[in-house]
Amino acid sequence: MSSTAGSRWGLRILGLGYLALLLVAPLVLIFYKTFEDGISPPLEAITSPDGLHALKLTLITVAIAVPLNTIFGILCALLLVRHRTKGNFLIDAVINLPFAISPVVIGLSLFLLYGTNGWFEPGLAEAGIKILFSTPGIVLACIFVSLPFVVRETVPVLQEIGTEQEQAASTLGANAWQTFWRITLPAIRWGVAYGVVLTTARVLGEFGAVTIVSGSISGQTQTLPLFVAKQYENFNLPGAFGASVLLALLALAALLAMNLLKRKEDA
Amino acid sequence: MEASTAQAPSAPSAPRAGIRLPGVGAGLGRGVVVLYLSLFVLLPLAALTEQSLSSGLGEFWHQVTTDQALRSLRITLEASLIVVVINAIFGTIIAWLLVRDQFPGKAVVNAIIDLPFALPTIVASLILIQLWGNKSPVGINISLSFWAIVVALMFVTLPFVVRAVQPLLIEMDREMEEAAASLGGGGPTIFRRIIFPNLLPGLAAGVALAFARALGEFGSVLLFAGGLPDTQVSSVFIRTQVENGNNTGAAAVSVVLLLCALAMLVVVGLVQRWGSRHERSQGAGAGVGLTVMPMSGDEPAPPPTREDERE
Repeated sequence: MSSTAGSRWGLRILGLGYLALLLVAPLVLIFYKTFEDGISPPLEAITSPDGLHALKLTLITVAIAVPLNTIFGILCALLLVRHRTKGNFLIDAVINLPFAISPVVIGLSLFLLYGTNGWFEPGLAEAGIKILFSTPGIVLACIFVSLPFVVRETVPVLQEIGTEQEQAASTLGANAWQTFWRITLPAIRWGVAYGVVLTTARVLGEFGAVTIVSGSISGQTQTLPLFVAKQYENFNLPGAFGASVLLALLALAALLAMNLLKRKEDA
Repeated sequence: MEASTAQAPSAPSAPRAGIRLPGVGAGLGRGVVVLYLSLFVLLPLAALTEQSLSSGLGEFWHQVTTDQALRSLRITLEASLIVVVINAIFGTIIAWLLVRDQFPGKAVVNAIIDLPFALPTIVASLILIQLWGNKSPVGINISLSFWAIVVALMFVTLPFVVRAVQPLLIEMDREMEEAAASLGGGGPTIFRRIIFPNLLPGLAAGVALAFARALGEFGSVLLFAGGLPDTQVSSVFIRTQVENGNNTGAAAVSVVLLLCALAMLVVVGLVQRWGSRHERSQGAGAGVGLTVMPMSGDEPAPPPTREDERE
């Protein structure tokens, strides 16, 4: 028995120690360093014109990319689960691509498609539309990287709920839209919400893809993560730490939401 | 995709699934999905591939085999391999603690496992510097070295193995272990002969996903490891090439990374097919792959509903 207890403690020390050194201690340390000299230095950095603009641009990106990927995600999940055809495996494979591809490669792909000598460049230049080094490019990058989350979270829930209730509704005369709004969507809502939280967290924090397409111009094309990097590179540590802590708090809020949603889903 | 809205050939006796795509027909829905994926995903990747081959295969090969490109690929591969081995071990230990052990604060530990999924990578870079950088309170400075890459990748890939192994541990039948123990098997033997083989599908899928993620990681490595020649992973190399105007070189190395990522996805798909055949619980749902993406919490992905189980 004592050897079992010994190995149990050994595993605890290894596992929890690993988490402490890798996740918890660094996170605690940045909160400490940020507020070492009080709350005003980080607050001033975030409320500087560049900081506020970065925050605003990040929120605009979230406001466009997340709803688009949510609608697409529900539609795609319905297609994959309820309309099985041979071609679905292709859709399934493409959906998973953004999880596996490097963000920098995603950024470069958009850069080459919309940039000078890119496929779309002549038409876009004629129409006077600027994609790269402006908001649309950032949004496109964020749509790409966060595309799979809602689909992936909705598919298992759709499979689980089955179709009995939907059939009952349609037997009672509900049309397809009514059935969707009153039966299907309420049944899958926690799964979708979980996907939305993951999508939002990813869009808020996207760095690699955005860094290639945005040019990171202060006060113009700088999202919050780019602001962090720029402030750090310019040795403005209060600015970098302040924005980091803001992003870390948002990430912790996302974690909390994920756990609450998981509990709702299980209930 | 075929234009046909053919139904799955399964279970002709049961009445067909309740809701189809509301309002729009399946054909239109399929069209929208394919268009969305083409516009936002496939078209950019096609442009990337075209650029990498724009000066011919010879130039592609030349760009991929320059000293710097090869060195960045080697550093990326070495660091990724080390990281998946470390996280396979610690991820399994942590999953074990979360499923089989009881200790105060377990729910919190379970929740923070997903922190690397939620935390922006650039913030990860910054917080790791605080503990393991030149102002380290514990006096260990690994920043701007190869080990910074390893630690950064350990951070971002931590959840993959944990979340892939956890559901298998929850589902695992304790009786086999008890039988082994009653037959005189010790802890290590039981782990090696009973537990490990049962966890293998999840472990393999988690490792493949972690490996794919590690190969392409950028933000968490950038500030912590820097872009020195000896600490330049391929993603950082690609950005440097873009900044220097060498689009073809950047695209060529990107295509190599892309192919590695695709290979990892294929591995994940095969492992999951193998794992689900193991379970013998797959019914008509085989059409939808990847049900075990370890993205969402601790519950195992529900088995697909089978038509014949209704009623």
